[in-house]
Amino acid sequence: MASPASQNGIHESTRTVEFRVWRGDRSGGAFTSYSVQVTQGMVVLDCIHRIQADQANDLAVRWNCKAGKCGSCSAEINGHPKLMCMTRMDALPADRPVTVEPMRSFPSIRDLVTDVSWNFRMKRRIKPFKPRKPDHADGSWTMMQEDVDRVQELRKCIECFLCQDVCHVLRDHHKHDEFIGPRFLMYTAALEMHPLDTEDRIADLKQENGIGYCNITKCCTKVCPEHIGITDNAIIPMKERVVDEFYDPLTRLFRIFKPR
Amino acid sequence: MSLPDSFIVHEHDVLVIGAGGAGLRAAIEASAAGVKVGVICKSLLGKAHTVMAEGGMAAAMGNVDDRDGWEVHFADTMRGGQYLNNPVMAEHHAKEAPARVRELEAWGAVFDRTKDGRILQRNFGGHRYPRLAHVGDRTGLELIRTLQDHGIHQGMEVFMEMTVVSLLKSGGRVNGALGYDRERGRMHVWKAKAVVLATGGIGKAFRITSNSWEGTGDGHALAYHAGAELMDMEFVQFHPTGMVWPPSVRGLLVTEGVRGEGGVLRNSEGRRFMFDDVPDAYRNQVAKDEEEGWRYVCGDKNANRPPELLTRDHVARCINREIKAGRGSPHGGVFLDIAWIKEKIPNSSAHIQRKLPSMYHQFKQLAGVDITSERMEVGPTTHYVMGGVLVDGDTQESCVPGLFAAGEVAAGLHGANRLGGNSLSDLVVFGKLAGEHAAKFAKANRAIEIDPAEVAAKTAALEEPFARRTGENPYAIQSQLQDAMQDLVGIVRTHGEMERAIGIIEDLKQRAKNVAISGHREFNPGWHTAIDLGCLLTVSESIARSAIDRKESRGAQFRDDFPQKDDACSTFNMVCRKSADGSMEVSRRPLPAMRAELKSVIEKMK
Ligand SMILES: Cc1cc2nc3c(=O)[nH]c(=O)nc-3n(C[C@H](O)[C@H](O)[C@H](O)COP(=O)(O)OP(=O)(O)OC[C@H]3O[C@@H](n4cnc5c(N)ncnc54)[C@H](O)[C@@H]3O)c2cc1C
Ligand code: SF4
Ligand code: SF4
Ligand code: FES
Repeated sequence: MASPASQNGIHESTRTVEFRVWRGDRSGGAFTSYSVQVTQGMVVLDCIHRIQADQANDLAVRWNCKAGKCGSCSAEINGHPKLMCMTRMDALPADRPVTVEPMRSFPSIRDLVTDVSWNFRMKRRIKPFKPRKPDHADGSWTMMQEDVDRVQELRKCIECFLCQDVCHVLRDHHKHDEFIGPRFLMYTAALEMHPLDTEDRIADLKQENGIGYCNITKCCTKVCPEHIGITDNAIIPMKERVVDEFYDPLTRLFRIFKPR
Repeated sequence: MSLPDSFIVHEHDVLVIGAGGAGLRAAIEASAAGVKVGVICKSLLGKAHTVMAEGGMAAAMGNVDDRDGWEVHFADTMRGGQYLNNPVMAEHHAKEAPARVRELEAWGAVFDRTKDGRILQRNFGGHRYPRLAHVGDRTGLELIRTLQDHGIHQGMEVFMEMTVVSLLKSGGRVNGALGYDRERGRMHVWKAKAVVLATGGIGKAFRITSNSWEGTGDGHALAYHAGAELMDMEFVQFHPTGMVWPPSVRGLLVTEGVRGEGGVLRNSEGRRFMFDDVPDAYRNQVAKDEEEGWRYVCGDKNANRPPELLTRDHVARCINREIKAGRGSPHGGVFLDIAWIKEKIPNSSAHIQRKLPSMYHQFKQLAGVDITSERMEVGPTTHYVMGGVLVDGDTQESCVPGLFAAGEVAAGLHGANRLGGNSLSDLVVFGKLAGEHAAKFAKANRAIEIDPAEVAAKTAALEEPFARRTGENPYAIQSQLQDAMQDLVGIVRTHGEMERAIGIIEDLKQRAKNVAISGHREFNPGWHTAIDLGCLLTVSESIARSAIDRKESRGAQFRDDFPQKDDACSTFNMVCRKSADGSMEVSRRPLPAMRAELKSVIEKMK
């Protein structure tokens, strides 16, 4: 059957692209080359699927939504941390092979799949949401839109962990035990800025969660596919609160007298 | 005889299969009841289908229009479902959804707000008043993240990237599940006193779908093979607006929220064709002209909705008709235009980006289209299955003792057609009920031992594909099945085509027994596809067989050979069960009786 597009005379060009995909497991691996027929509008994940269907049935890759909504398909494409489903082939240089490798800050499981379980453990470490008593008898609260705009921005996170992948504190210095990474600094910030929340996580941020390790390089913000202002809108305000709470003598005095 | 050491054995009171909205809500409820809970999911936590939901969740809170209430929501749901819904479920849903939404807020969800600081609600097809609580167009993310972040502190044990391949039974009761982990390919046995299925939908049975690889109808198949009944399987919702271009994103959903915010449908001649065909049941709820439709979008309480916001089955068929009549867009869809609202409001570009941020990005990044200034091309896509496991409306228990189901895998709430937004509310209302009753069941019943012989036989069948050196490619069989379902059991159906589909399915069932897999058991997608294939075949067969036997057009089912609704068919649901010889048996089940009080609610709202 001819596609409706060709019936309408729209030209859909096809070209062959060389892919270098990292294949391997916990013990190591290497790049393998594949040639893929690429048509207009294809994204990197489509090419990986094509390889999987035709040339390597056992190529391991994570994906779900194909629309940048679930944060499953994170990888390093030509060395840049990206979502495979949102990276169009026509946005990559045409004159050299496309390399696809797993996120390097996490242990490899197989091919493009990494062990991200550390992230799930870090989240559990953060004190959960604790709302004040409801404002109304039906159990609801009054919150103004302008008071939740910032929290909503931070809650757009799809947990792709690309920011964790790129942060040098984790990637180069492996401070996984002392530092929760940009995703969870921001998660803490979203809880702290929630108008209904009554919990205090500032001491934890400073101590076991290691906010001090962040030196505001903003690499995390640059890779975030949701364009969340991770550093400016979350980490820096939290750093300020840590400073206020721990180093400002006046605040400390108030803390002593403030009934908690 | 006991299980070999190679099996990893877990033990819980309640085992929840699936970690979308329904599964997580069930697990939270069961944990709160004080029993030991396990949750299994095929992907990482937080990645289930629910995360993709966009438009919102329906709950008659009346925050935007105080004429709304449970009775209106109930009547809308029944009308949308063409009265094949289980009224008991529709009543629970309409009455309890508002409390479930407020509870999400208590667990940290942050919905968009009204001017006076309450939860904002938006218009959606088939809902009389603005009813959908939402967060921009990422409501599903908010829902699943809230449940996930609350759930991980309630003591449940989560098994990520594991797939259940069979339910285990003894003495007629469910007593556990058998599955494998993707990472290593090891076999697991979960012993449980009660099991909740919350496995979502079946979209992958069709070529064009908004569903991800997970939507292979596993729970439907697991339940069927364990002796439960599947009801209403002929009712598959084709969402009217999926992307049609580029080819690799064909089927990806374009939220109904676009139309809720004023988006209109036009054909290649520029005509707003939805005005041309308004069904009688909705005639007095639809705008007379474009001007009235726009007033409705702006919140004028005296205006009726534009015809683009009629139910999905109807809009999908109208689009299909325009395309077939040669009035489609260049890539075989029709035009959806939100950019036109610049004639009506200042700063429309910023407005659209704020109201529909992920649609804006989706089109910009994947299709190179700026929806604030250009038209989108859209066409129908397989989206949701109304049919599923037949459950008791008050407890969500199936006919197999100890086996419960909630969410998309369960049938009953939506009847012949689901209203947009009624799924997310379904998940939390019935997830909670299922969790509560599964916990009750687990407390009232002793654990029963599993049978190692049953486990051994089922495991051997799974491993066969590795032993074959040559054989069928599982991807090829899957794609032939998808083509058959798309072309022969799709939006417009006939007896002859569906019989052909049955023939193809029977043939593919034989070929599926002969698939060969290369490589090893660790994270091997070829093997996983081979396993999912069995589920897809079962589900496809039940869709086709139920559709053949419903000889009328109603809701999501349109039969070219029986184009009218038939009153004689308004008295039963189709039910499939596995007969003693292993073949699929299809029968008609009389509709459950409706209480007089509910009948009068429907009359009042007509
Ligand atoms: C793009 C899109 C947009 C939507 N928008 C809306 C909307 O705006 N409003 C609305 O009300 N509805 C919407 N829907 C519908 C709604 O999102 C789904 O119906 C709903 O999320 C299904 O939830 P669930 O909990 O039943 O299952 P899912 O969220 O699909 O979760 C299923 C779970 O079961 C697991 N599972 C499946 N099989 C197995 C197995 N064999 N072993 C172990 N685990 C298994 C999966 O891994 C997953 O965790 C939308 C759907 C889509 C696809
Ligand atoms: S800004 Fe901080 S958290 Fe972000 S990448 Fe740099 S060091 Fe890491
Ligand atoms: S903050 Fe951005 S980059 Fe980090 S996990 Fe969330 S979405 Fe991904
Ligand atoms: S597949 Fe969901 S973000 Fe790429």
